[in-house]
Amino acid sequence: MEITSKPARRDFLKASAAVGGGLSLGVSLTLGSKVAAAKVASQQKTVATNSPNAWIKIGTDNTITIMCARSEMGQDVYTSMPILVAEELGVDVNKVKVEFAEPAEVYINALLGGQITGGSTSVRDAWEKLRKAGASARMMLVGAAAKEWGVDAATLKVTSDGVVTGPGGKKATFGSLAEAASKMEVPKDVPLKPYGSWTQIANKAQKRLDTKAKVEGTTALFGIDTKVPGMLYAAVVMPPMIGGKVASYDDSRAKNMPGVKAVVQYSRGVAVVADSYWQAKKAKDLLQVTWDEGPNANNDMRKVWSGLKEASMQPGAVFREGGDVDAAMKGAARLFEATYELPFLSHSPLETMNTVADVRTNGVTIITPTQFQQLVPFVVAGAVGMKPEQIKVVTTFLGGGFGRRVEVDYTIDAAEISKAVGAPVKMLWSREDDMTHDSYRPGGYYKVQMAVDAAGKPVAYRYHGTSPSISSRLFPSIVKDGIDPFSVEAIDNFPYAVKNHKLTYQMFDAGITPGYWRGVSHNLNAYVVEGFIDEVAHAVGKDPIQYRIDNLEYEGEKHKWSGLSAGIPVGGRMKTVLEQVREKAGWMKAKLPDGRGQGVAVMEGYNTVMAAVVELSVTKAYDVIIDKVTYVVDAGPLVHPDQALAQIESCTIFGMSACLYGEITVKNGGVEQTNFDQYRVVRMNEAPKSMAVHFLSPAKDQPPGGLGEPATAVIQAAIGNAIFAATGIRVRKMPFSPENIKGASMKA
Amino acid sequence: MIVAFNLNGKQVSTDVAPDTPLLWVLRDTLGMTGTKFGCGKALCGACTVHLNGQATRSCQTPIGVVAGQKVTTIEGIPMTHPVKKAWVALDVPQCGYCQSGQMMSAAALLASNRKPTDADIDAFMSGNICRCGTYTRIRAAIKAAAA
Repeated sequence: MEITSKPARRDFLKASAAVGGGLSLGVSLTLGSKVAAAKVASQQKTVATNSPNAWIKIGTDNTITIMCARSEMGQDVYTSMPILVAEELGVDVNKVKVEFAEPAEVYINALLGGQITGGSTSVRDAWEKLRKAGASARMMLVGAAAKEWGVDAATLKVTSDGVVTGPGGKKATFGSLAEAASKMEVPKDVPLKPYGSWTQIANKAQKRLDTKAKVEGTTALFGIDTKVPGMLYAAVVMPPMIGGKVASYDDSRAKNMPGVKAVVQYSRGVAVVADSYWQAKKAKDLLQVTWDEGPNANNDMRKVWSGLKEASMQPGAVFREGGDVDAAMKGAARLFEATYELPFLSHSPLETMNTVADVRTNGVTIITPTQFQQLVPFVVAGAVGMKPEQIKVVTTFLGGGFGRRVEVDYTIDAAEISKAVGAPVKMLWSREDDMTHDSYRPGGYYKVQMAVDAAGKPVAYRYHGTSPSISSRLFPSIVKDGIDPFSVEAIDNFPYAVKNHKLTYQMFDAGITPGYWRGVSHNLNAYVVEGFIDEVAHAVGKDPIQYRIDNLEYEGEKHKWSGLSAGIPVGGRMKTVLEQVREKAGWMKAKLPDGRGQGVAVMEGYNTVMAAVVELSVTKAYDVIIDKVTYVVDAGPLVHPDQALAQIESCTIFGMSACLYGEITVKNGGVEQTNFDQYRVVRMNEAPKSMAVHFLSPAKDQPPGGLGEPATAVIQAAIGNAIFAATGIRVRKMPFSPENIKGASMKA
Repeated sequence: MIVAFNLNGKQVSTDVAPDTPLLWVLRDTLGMTGTKFGCGKALCGACTVHLNGQATRSCQTPIGVVAGQKVTTIEGIPMTHPVKKAWVALDVPQCGYCQSGQMMSAAALLASNRKPTDADIDAFMSGNICRCGTYTRIRAAIKAAAA
C-alpha cells in the first residue's frame, strides 16, 4: 500500500472580484500547510489578443491549423471558433485543420478569467479576439508578400486555400510567407470586415468540422479512448457517503485476481490497477473497504429539506431592492404567495469521468476530457509534488460536459494512482461511480410574494431563495456579502417593473456537493420567476403573454450581480420575442382538447433573450407528453446557424430531462441513484414531436449572446406553465413527475 | 480462454477470461474504440454492436458467447452506408459519444424495417440515450437513410 500526498481538494481556487462583463478568477493552490500560489490570471492583466501565432499555425506545405482553445463537448467550438479566425484570415474554414490548444495565458477566457469552457461564453469571448487574430495574421502574411514583391499590400488578394496573389500572376503560399510574416510587427489595431458582410460567419450551409470523425467511429478520440505505451487500467472504490474517507481496507482477494498489478490507496479511495479495465473492475468488486463516514453520514432528504426550510427563515442577503415592499403589500388590493421546491440534479454526461495520467520523476502528462485545462497543472502538481510547469495537459474530445468537467477532481485521482504504481494509468469511473460522485445542481427552497393593485398591476414583489452556494466551494472570493453570483442568475435581472421589490438569497450547505450544471441558477430562478408571474397573470384574469409584455421593465439600473448576463433591463428585446412567439406558436388560437395546454416563459441569460411556448398533454396517469415547442431567440449574430439551432435542441432535451424526471436524493449521506434506471433521462420516444426555433436577425453591431445554456432554463418554466394550462394544476415541486403533479392537485 | 470470432468481416481471436464483456475486448484488447462504454448495464445503448446482424449491447455480452459468431461494430459500417451518410448530411452528432451506438441501432432498425414510422423509431431507438439531446436529428436522419 502506498499513500500519496493529499492536497486540499476543495477551495483550490481563489478568485478576484467580479468585474464588468464577467468574472475574473485567479487560481491558487493550497497544498497542505504550504501555499503554492500560482496566479494564472489577474483582472488587471490584458491578455494579448492580437498575437496570431497562438491561434494559427502554418506549415511549409501550406497546412493551416487553427487552434481551438475551448473544449469540444458537443456545443461546436471545434467549428465555431475556427470560423471566426478563418473569416478574417480569408481562408476557407473547411480547408483548415483544427487542434485543441494546451493551457496558456493567451487562451484565457476574458469573461471567466481562466481557460475555462463554460458559462455560454466561448463565442462571446472569442467574437472580437479571434477575428482580430485572423485579420492580424492575414495582414502580416500579405505584408510579407508585398514587401517581397515590392508592391502595395492593398493590391494583393488571398485565396480560400491560403495563397497570396498579386499583379502579374504573382503567387505565394502562406506556407512560403510564414517565416517572413512572423518577423513582422503584430498590427496594433487591425480593421475587421464591416458588420454583416461576412462570407463564413452566419453561413447556414456550413457543416460541423468534427462530424465525419464522430461518424467514422475510431477517429474522434475521447478521453476514454486514450492509449499510451505501457498503460495500465484503474478501477476505483470511493466512499459511498459524501465526505467519507477510507478507514481501512482488505485487498487479500482483489490483489490475487488475474491481471491485477497493484491495489493502492489514494486521497479519495482505493484503486485496483490491472492489465485491462475489466480485470481491474472485477477485482475492485472484491475489495472490502471500511469507511470513516465523515460529517454527512446521517444525511437524508428529510434533513436536507428541513434544513433548507429552516435556513429560509433567515432574512438572507439583499441583492436587489427598491421602494418599500412591506408598505406596498399592506396597501395592495391582492397579495399572492407561493413556495417552490427544486431538487438536486446530476450532470451524468454519457462518458464517465476518466483520465490518463503518466507520472514520471521529471514530469507528468495528463490526457483528459476537461472543461478547465488550465487548472489541471496546478492541482496535479500539488498532488504529485511537482511544479505546475512540469505538468503537460492534453485535452481530448469530451463525451458531454454540462459543467461536470469544470471540476478537476478526477485528474488528481488519476495522477495519484499513476504515481503510486509508477506507470501510466487510465482511470475510468463506472456509471455508478460517476452518478454518486458528481457535483450536483443544488436544490433550493423559494418563497415568493406579489401584491397587485385593483387593476391587477404588480405593486410589490418579494423573492427569497435558499440554496447551496456552488461558488463558495469552487471560487469563494467571488462570493460577497452573502451572495453567490451563480445563485442569483435570472433573478438579479428580474425582468418585470415592480416599483417595490426586495430580492434576497440565503445560502445553505445541504451536505450534497453543489456544482455548476448547464444553466446553473437560471434553472432554479427562472422557473420560480416565470412560474409565479404566470400564476399571478391567471389569478388576475390576464393572458400570460400579454401580462408579461404589459409589465416588462424597459429602463432602469444596471444589475449588480449579473456577471454573464446583459446586465441591464432588456424589456424591449423581451417584448419582441414574446410578441413573435405568440404569433409563431399560434398562442391560444385553437381550442385544445382536455388535458392539453400551452405555456410560455421568457428569460434573458448570457445576453441572449428568448421566449418559448410549449404545447403539451397530460395523461390521466399524469404523464406529460411534449407535443410542440416554439422558440423565438434574440442571440445576436449566429456564427454557425445550424449549430446555434442544435444548441437550442440540446438544451430543450436537457431541460426536459431535468424538469420531468430529474431528482438526486441522498440517504445515509450518499447519493441513492446509481444508473439510468434510477436517474431517468429523456429518450427518443419522449422527445418533442415538433420543435420550431426562430432566430431574430441581429441589430446593427449587436454582439453574440450565449446559446449553450439558456434554453435549458426557459423550457422548464414553459413546461410547468403548460402543465397548469392543461390541467389547472400548479406544480411547485419539481420534477413534474406523476407523483408530484398528483400531489399538487390534491393540495389545490 | 481463446475465443475466435468474425469481426467486421475478418477472423480475430482473443485470449481473455470468458466472462469479459465483448465491449472491453473490442476496446482494450482489439483497439476498436468506436464502441463506447456508458452505463455497464444495457441501459444506455452506447455500446451497441451487431451480433449476427442483431443490435446487441456489448457491455452485457460475455466474449464466451461470441465464439464463432459474426460481430459488426461502427468501424465495420462504411461511410457509404445510408445511415452514416444521413448522419453526416444532417450533422447529427454533438459531443458524439453516444452516436456509434445510435448509428448501430439505426442500421439494425433499417435492416429489418425499410420504412420505419415514428412509432417504429421510438420503439427501436428508445434504448439509446443521448445526453446532448440529438433525438430530433436522429429521427430525421433515420428517415433520410430510409428514403
